[in-house]
Amino acid sequence: MPAQIPLVDYLVLGDRPHLVAHECSACGARYFDRRNACASCGGTTFGTAEIATEGTLRTFTIVTFAAPGIPTPYVAGVVDCAGTSVRANIVNVEPTPEAVTLGMPVRLATFPIGADSEGTEAVGFGFEPA
Amino acid sequence: MSDEVWILGITMTKFGKHPDKDSVDLAAEAALGALADAGVGIDRMGILAAGNLLGGGHLGQSLQKQIGQTGIPVYNVANACATGATALRTAIMAVKAGEADYGLAVGVEKLAGAGLLAGGSRKDDGSTWTPSGRYGAVAAVDGRIGTEIMPGVFAQVGMEYLSAHPYSGNDFELFARISEKNHAHSTLNPLAAYTKRMTLEEIMNDVMIAYPNTRPMCSANCDGAAAAVVVSGSVLKTLSQEQQRRAVKVSASVLTTDPWQEACQILPDVNTLTRNAAAQAYEAAGVGPADLDLVELHDCFATAELVHYDNLMLCEPGGAVDFFESGATWRDGSTPVNVSGGLQSKGHPIAATGIANVWEVCHHLRGEAGDRQIEGAKVGLAHVIGLGSACGVHILEKAA
Repeated sequence: MPAQIPLVDYLVLGDRPHLVAHECSACGARYFDRRNACASCGGTTFGTAEIATEGTLRTFTIVTFAAPGIPTPYVAGVVDCAGTSVRANIVNVEPTPEAVTLGMPVRLATFPIGADSEGTEAVGFGFEPA
Repeated sequence: MSDEVWILGITMTKFGKHPDKDSVDLAAEAALGALADAGVGIDRMGILAAGNLLGGGHLGQSLQKQIGQTGIPVYNVANACATGATALRTAIMAVKAGEADYGLAVGVEKLAGAGLLAGGSRKDDGSTWTPSGRYGAVAAVDGRIGTEIMPGVFAQVGMEYLSAHPYSGNDFELFARISEKNHAHSTLNPLAAYTKRMTLEEIMNDVMIAYPNTRPMCSANCDGAAAAVVVSGSVLKTLSQEQQRRAVKVSASVLTTDPWQEACQILPDVNTLTRNAAAQAYEAAGVGPADLDLVELHDCFATAELVHYDNLMLCEPGGAVDFFESGATWRDGSTPVNVSGGLQSKGHPIAATGIANVWEVCHHLRGEAGDRQIEGAKVGLAHVIGLGSACGVHILEKAA
């Protein structure tokens, strides 16, 4: 198996892929990006929170016209993972409004997005119908 | 009263394609138009606030070099799609603070043929995967982790509303009917970029950009400028009867940003800051949503207009769909919304928009809107959202 690297640092690979967030120790606000401080309360200490891998689709769009180099159509959306909102593509589903519905249950899925010149495989994530 | 601020002169250029004019030409046309409308010269202005998002941040001085280098302070402002409203509010604040008797605010953008805005993070992937940026991303994420393009972001904003307030009808058709309204309204606006009526079928069968937004349901990229001259209430009293009659009172000028909400860094929250701005504006003006004779709101996409009915409290909480379906927001309805044609049809030259929508409201309050006049209009509201986010709300009232 080739060496793998996650597309973003908040995706944890391995036997049980999942997402992690920086969680403010003071107020519990969660963030996926590197933090300077908490935008909700100003706190500067953070712990790591594991994000639920199942959730429901709160909103979506089907992008058919994108910047050059981006394959279309694709489904982009926001998934409510047990109270934490996650931005992701919705994958393994027909990109049609008939197949993608508000409130549908979804679960995390990972997939390779390509290998670099050293053979390391980058792995991305999305959510698929559960 | 010295703490009141009035719009003395205001104008907008034709929105559309101006291949023979640069940003300064358009800004000068709008500024000189506003000064002529106000009946005062550039020599009276005590402050210039200049908005131009994509031009590099020095519009104000370039404009001065064409219409008058009087040595006054210039504020070059940028605040995404709220840039125009921010420029206007900057001039209003200077007058309100007593630093100037008169202020000039200008917004201009050259945007014709600009294509998709944002969605720029997809660069060529490097030869080795190397984490970079705040998410430690080894490759560009637009299109891989959701979408960054505006039609897609705002599509999700509208769909999220229908997720929270389930709708039994056809989502796509609902949003297309909002666009149908605005494209119908602009047939009466000679300054709109598009003045051709579109049928619901034409709108739905046009090119899909990001479901449920087809091309005519997206704001129209175009060139344009708008400008306003503001004056203090005490100085207005020294001017002519005609100037006082045509002056429009700024009953509220509010700017907000989005307070932290659970999902606001995942999908921009355009709702909370709009609700906050609206609440502050109604309180400052002493008017309520039911008093509004017309509203120009930020319909950057058909999906955005729906949520702002609710955010601006034009309808019951959660009742935006019923409100629209009642016909309330058509020009003959109880709360006409975007009688100019809105951003979808009048056009959206970014930094001009937040002044052009105030011009539209003033035009009606002055009884000068011609074929599209909302009869007897006395109070109106203008709203813009700059993603990221900033929200500007102005409430305007006809002179007594």
